[in-house]
Amino acid sequence: MTDNPVFTRIREEVDENDVVVFMKGTPMFPQCGFSAAVVQVLSALDVKFKGIDVLTDPALREGIKQYSNWPTIPQLYVGGEFIGGCDIVRELYDSGELQQLMDEKGVEHAT
Amino acid sequence: MPMEASELKQLIIQAIPDATVTIEDLRGDGDHYAASIVSPAFKGKSRVQQHQMVYDALKGRMGSALHALALQTGVPDDLRD
Repeated sequence: MTDNPVFTRIREEVDENDVVVFMKGTPMFPQCGFSAAVVQVLSALDVKFKGIDVLTDPALREGIKQYSNWPTIPQLYVGGEFIGGCDIVRELYDSGELQQLMDEKGVEHAT
Repeated sequence: MPMEASELKQLIIQAIPDATVTIEDLRGDGDHYAASIVSPAFKGKSRVQQHQMVYDALKGRMGSALHALALQTGVPDDLRD
């Protein structure tokens, strides 16, 4: 797993940034409804995050799926930990668990 | 390449035999589904692990044959902590 250069890049991104979304399109212009939904949740919580567009990088688009063992995009990472895709993010937000998780990881957010 | 709801259901049941599976074809095009899956096998597992079990059951079809599958997983009420 360590010999793939994409994995090294992904690891650096999720280590250096508290909140990272691997998505289709950019936070300003999401190219997919599921990616847009995750951006919407993070925006509602007023969380600072880094959006990484996988559409501009085919190696990253495949690499992130292997890295997380998760077949779909978007993917949310908080504090270096894979949190889930769109369904899980929405579920966690609705139940208040996402806000709790941000607290645990020391990420500033609106309530 | 669309996929029948019955085939989807069968794949999940094959991998998780005691699961109760409800599938909804969101657009009627065989390509956008919502699945609700309840099984004792999910007990003690995180949401990510539960969804990974379902994706494993689909044997790589997710993201290729299947474009969109909204997932909701959980353990039966009487087994909840």
